[in-house]
Amino acid sequence: MSIEARERRQPWILLSPALTAITLLLFVPLLFIVVYSFWLRTATGADQSGFFLDNWREALSDPFYRDILLFTLKIAAITTLVCAVMGYPAAYFIARSRGNKAVLLLLLMLPFWISYIIRTMSWINILGVSGALNTLLLWAGVISEPIQMLYNQTTVILGLVHFLLPFMILNVFVSLDGIDVSLEDAATSLGATRWQAFVQVTLPLSLPGLAAGGLLCFVLAAGTYITPLVLGGPTDAMFANLVYEAIITQLNWPLGSALSLMLLAVLGLLVMIYNRYLGMAQLMKGLG
Amino acid sequence: MSSVTLRNVVKRFHKFTAVHQINLEIPDGAFVTLLGPSGCGKTTNLRMIAGLLDPSEGEILIGGTRVNDVPIHKRNLGIVFQNYALFPHKTVAENVAFGLKYRDVPKAEIPARVQAALELVQLPHVGERYPKELSGGQQQRIALARAIVIEPDVLLLDEPLSALDANLREDMRVELKRIQEKIGVTTVFVTHDQSEALAMSDQIVVMSAGRIEQMGSPEEVYNNPASEFVANFLGASNMLPASCTALGPQGASLEVAPFGAVTIPAQKAERLGGQGLAQLVLRAEKLRVLHPDEAGEGMLTAPATVETVDYQGQTVRYFLRVGGRQLQAINMIDDRPFEQGAEVRVGFFAKDASALPTEAK
Repeated sequence: MSIEARERRQPWILLSPALTAITLLLFVPLLFIVVYSFWLRTATGADQSGFFLDNWREALSDPFYRDILLFTLKIAAITTLVCAVMGYPAAYFIARSRGNKAVLLLLLMLPFWISYIIRTMSWINILGVSGALNTLLLWAGVISEPIQMLYNQTTVILGLVHFLLPFMILNVFVSLDGIDVSLEDAATSLGATRWQAFVQVTLPLSLPGLAAGGLLCFVLAAGTYITPLVLGGPTDAMFANLVYEAIITQLNWPLGSALSLMLLAVLGLLVMIYNRYLGMAQLMKGLG
Repeated sequence: MSSVTLRNVVKRFHKFTAVHQINLEIPDGAFVTLLGPSGCGKTTNLRMIAGLLDPSEGEILIGGTRVNDVPIHKRNLGIVFQNYALFPHKTVAENVAFGLKYRDVPKAEIPARVQAALELVQLPHVGERYPKELSGGQQQRIALARAIVIEPDVLLLDEPLSALDANLREDMRVELKRIQEKIGVTTVFVTHDQSEALAMSDQIVVMSAGRIEQMGSPEEVYNNPASEFVANFLGASNMLPASCTALGPQGASLEVAPFGAVTIPAQKAERLGGQGLAQLVLRAEKLRVLHPDEAGEGMLTAPATVETVDYQGQTVRYFLRVGGRQLQAINMIDDRPFEQGAEVRVGFFAKDASALPTEAK
């Protein structure tokens, strides 16, 4: 074998374990889901194989699903916005801190050492009827009866922000860290105030990171079912909860498959729009 | 245009003192270079003048006005950074126009001012391009155009040439000096490169460890160094232990082994306090290597052995053993250089030497 041929083959050899895993564990099951979505669940509870459009018709025409999809996108959008507003200053602070950057980044990663479910459940101990906040308010005499603070839209967003903020901070940080500090110095030396220099120079240069963080937060928030399950009330179900409900509770795999593909299509479209305008390279940078 | 004055300026970073009690007077329109090795405080000084750092003590005046409390964006300075610091998301023209937006320049006038600045740096056709589409040297010119288009009171240059290739650096050196002379702006230039400093400056301020070692014209600093540090930082010098036997208006008489008695001009011995121990400073370029049988008319000579030959094309640098001491000589090559191990003579003219007091170690 010539050296060139060997060099051409080398990347494929290195990639093959990952490619095999992705093919077997992601693409093949996804294909099953696609096939399932055209099957039909009969009255007897058995699945009938074939090519039926009933699930798709139901998923696409029933306003119940449409409303929950819009609600899901709304929650994801609010979460993303809150993450951006809270995360940007934090990322800026870390990027501009001199000596202890590594320590701050480590602190940022620390929550990932604890399971996402446990982190979500922890809010029950804080906001629950007998939780820390109620106990404190009762003790201080601010309230005489515990308040129900949990199980509403706000706590769902709270839980999502808690989960997703580090992703936003990390992405914005990577972007800001790559910006030469002397650019702001140059801008101020030319007559811009610190704020004008930030708006004119640093902010536009960090937009790719902000967009990457935003996309990541949005997609992860829109696909979540644990947070609304743990912290949401009966009316706060998000789209993934419907999929969960259809498959786990009703054992209606065909409908669940159609619904999950619908969500995948919407989020996939968003990623494509992002990729069209900003490119995936930035997202990879943020994750790496 | 404005003068710049530093009065008793001190800068401390925590416990480390980067600048000790600096006093500096930069006249209106002058090109002054802060020269020194890295960590000598030259960039700290520049950043204090710029307003990017606050002095711990002392005063900074620009055009006679104290600016310690004036923020950087109100100081009207043009700064060229080492890495150019061009805004990558703006075109060249937008970069150059940036500072004009914050001044009372009518909008309609901006394109003409930008174009004039681009013409001054000889890049009139790149306005629509982005910085990354330009070469390093071109980016350097744009950074200069952006700094001077605002008609700054003072132009601050922080090692602007150090990121360029050697050949380009020499071209830009000439170019920078041409532009500075044309607009006549007071310029403070920071560099660690002695040849840049010698070629461009009206005044050189040699700094070491946060202090000013010497201030003077390039000729003064080069020919009559005020300290051993200056003598060695601006090219190579030989320091020979000597003893001063007489000091007067006619010059200083020194005994220098193995050359013998030397009388050097008074102005080159003005730093000597009196008779006693001294050092003879002799630039490597002024020490000639001669054939052993050459007379060396008018020179003081001594026998020597060539230890190392460092061939540099036009010149050659010799390391020679002279009376138990190693000396350096940089000579033009005529014919062919001496070879390693050759027995030669070395010599110099008394007028080329200078004298310094012995430094306390």
